[in-house]
Amino acid sequence: MIDLWFGLEKLLLIGAIISFSLVVAMYTTFAERKIAGFMQDRRGPNRAGPFGILQPLADGLKLFFKEEIIPLTSNKSLFVIGPALAMLTAMLTSAVIPWGDHIEIAGRTISLQVADVNIGILYVFGVVSLGVYGIMIGGWSSNNKFSLLAAVRGASQIISYELAMGLSLISLLLMTGSLSLKTIVEQQMQGGWGGFLGWNILYQPIGFLIFLICVFAECNRTPFDLPEAENELNFGYHQEYSSMKLGLYLFSEYVNMFISSAVVSTLFFGGYDIPFVDEIALTATMGANMVALFGFLAFFAKIAFFLFLFIWVRWTIPRFRYDQLMDLGWKKLIPLALANLLITAIVILALNK
Amino acid sequence: MSITEILFWVLSTAAIVAALLVIFSKNPVHSVLWLIVVFFAISGHYVLLNAQFLAIVNMIVYAGAIMVLFLFVIMLMNMNADQEPTKSKWMKIAGVISGGSLTLLLIAALKYNTATTGGEEAGIGLIQQLGKTLFNEYVVPFEISSVLFLSAMVGAVVLGKKEKNIVNSDIANQ
Repeated sequence: MIDLWFGLEKLLLIGAIISFSLVVAMYTTFAERKIAGFMQDRRGPNRAGPFGILQPLADGLKLFFKEEIIPLTSNKSLFVIGPALAMLTAMLTSAVIPWGDHIEIAGRTISLQVADVNIGILYVFGVVSLGVYGIMIGGWSSNNKFSLLAAVRGASQIISYELAMGLSLISLLLMTGSLSLKTIVEQQMQGGWGGFLGWNILYQPIGFLIFLICVFAECNRTPFDLPEAENELNFGYHQEYSSMKLGLYLFSEYVNMFISSAVVSTLFFGGYDIPFVDEIALTATMGANMVALFGFLAFFAKIAFFLFLFIWVRWTIPRFRYDQLMDLGWKKLIPLALANLLITAIVILALNK
Repeated sequence: MSITEILFWVLSTAAIVAALLVIFSKNPVHSVLWLIVVFFAISGHYVLLNAQFLAIVNMIVYAGAIMVLFLFVIMLMNMNADQEPTKSKWMKIAGVISGGSLTLLLIAALKYNTATTGGEEAGIGLIQQLGKTLFNEYVVPFEISSVLFLSAMVGAVVLGKKEKNIVNSDIANQ
């Protein structure tokens, strides 16, 4: 019956991770509006519940109760598949992220990662490259010129920035020598100062910068939110959508932000490593479960910082023009990433000799 | 039946049905989407053969990049079933002959194939073994193809770079 327990554990873990991501994404929409309010010197949503804390629920209810319209001239089956795919690809990445070390319940060691595959990062890339289809199918099946234009914009943007993203990661992979996200985190935890000196951001600052810019572009966030440029394209690829289908599109952006923040924290900021704390010594005194809890909290703090960064950038930096976007991606980031790759390779070669 | 066998049959059925739908769909966009399903099924087969790296690369390159370009072209040309030009009789006959010869070739290849199970040789599809094989036995072809890719990438950047005088004349024209 070992297999049954194993399956049950994984199912529970998947359920927990998905509901957690959804709740965090829900409250990211709230945080976005609150922070936007703060930055524009107004209050932000404050009617639903104390401090407006129930605002995301009210938003969700509003979307659910709206009339659902499928345009007559649209391609009906694809029109429905579009938002579903967008949400699916947003959630899929969470499977390979290590959310914590491990917990021990009733003598069983449970790893807080759904699947520790040896090609973790490539899996992330695969899912990211599939994220294009949600946008493209939605935009095309609406049978609307603006939707199609926005979809083509979004897809070409994602494909272009995937290149620089991959190249910036290769220099990181040269250092770690592993594609498994769990191994990458464990390597970072072995650095000095309780793991802090092992964080990859200290060794790959340029790689981190390129990766972060590409993540912004992949999530279609300002300053790269050209698929949604409302002054040019009315609304974007989800223009014809209404009710919860629109909700899924808008919501998948926030889930994407959350998961991308988790990936950035895992790759460059030590994942669930608590800085300045020796986890092994702590496990001896507090037990694995408490360490896993604190590790998860540290991880979540890092994620929350990046979520804040996403919002901060959105309300401070204006949108790029489309040719500027392509210019940055192809002519600046890719050569920079290649140079970074070359320098990393030379340094690694020199240190090993 | 073991789980592997069940998965094999499910994936094979999915691949074949989706491949048939690629051909029989009236709408070219549907065809492309079914082709993506085929690639997924084939990736699943790679995983069954313990070649995870190949599986994921197949997904990234074919499903994630090449099929997006296909979709671009088809969506922007807005091809529909009623706009499809009718092919001449000779084209149809040529198609049947070439398709038939391909089928014959495939059947012959399958018939004389001595069952080679490459995937089980110490997990050649895993990234470590694949890397070692590529960099030990096939260094020269690997490096040459990587230079080819690099030159394609540089070419894309060069093509994207406007020459200064063209930009100026553009502004002058406006």
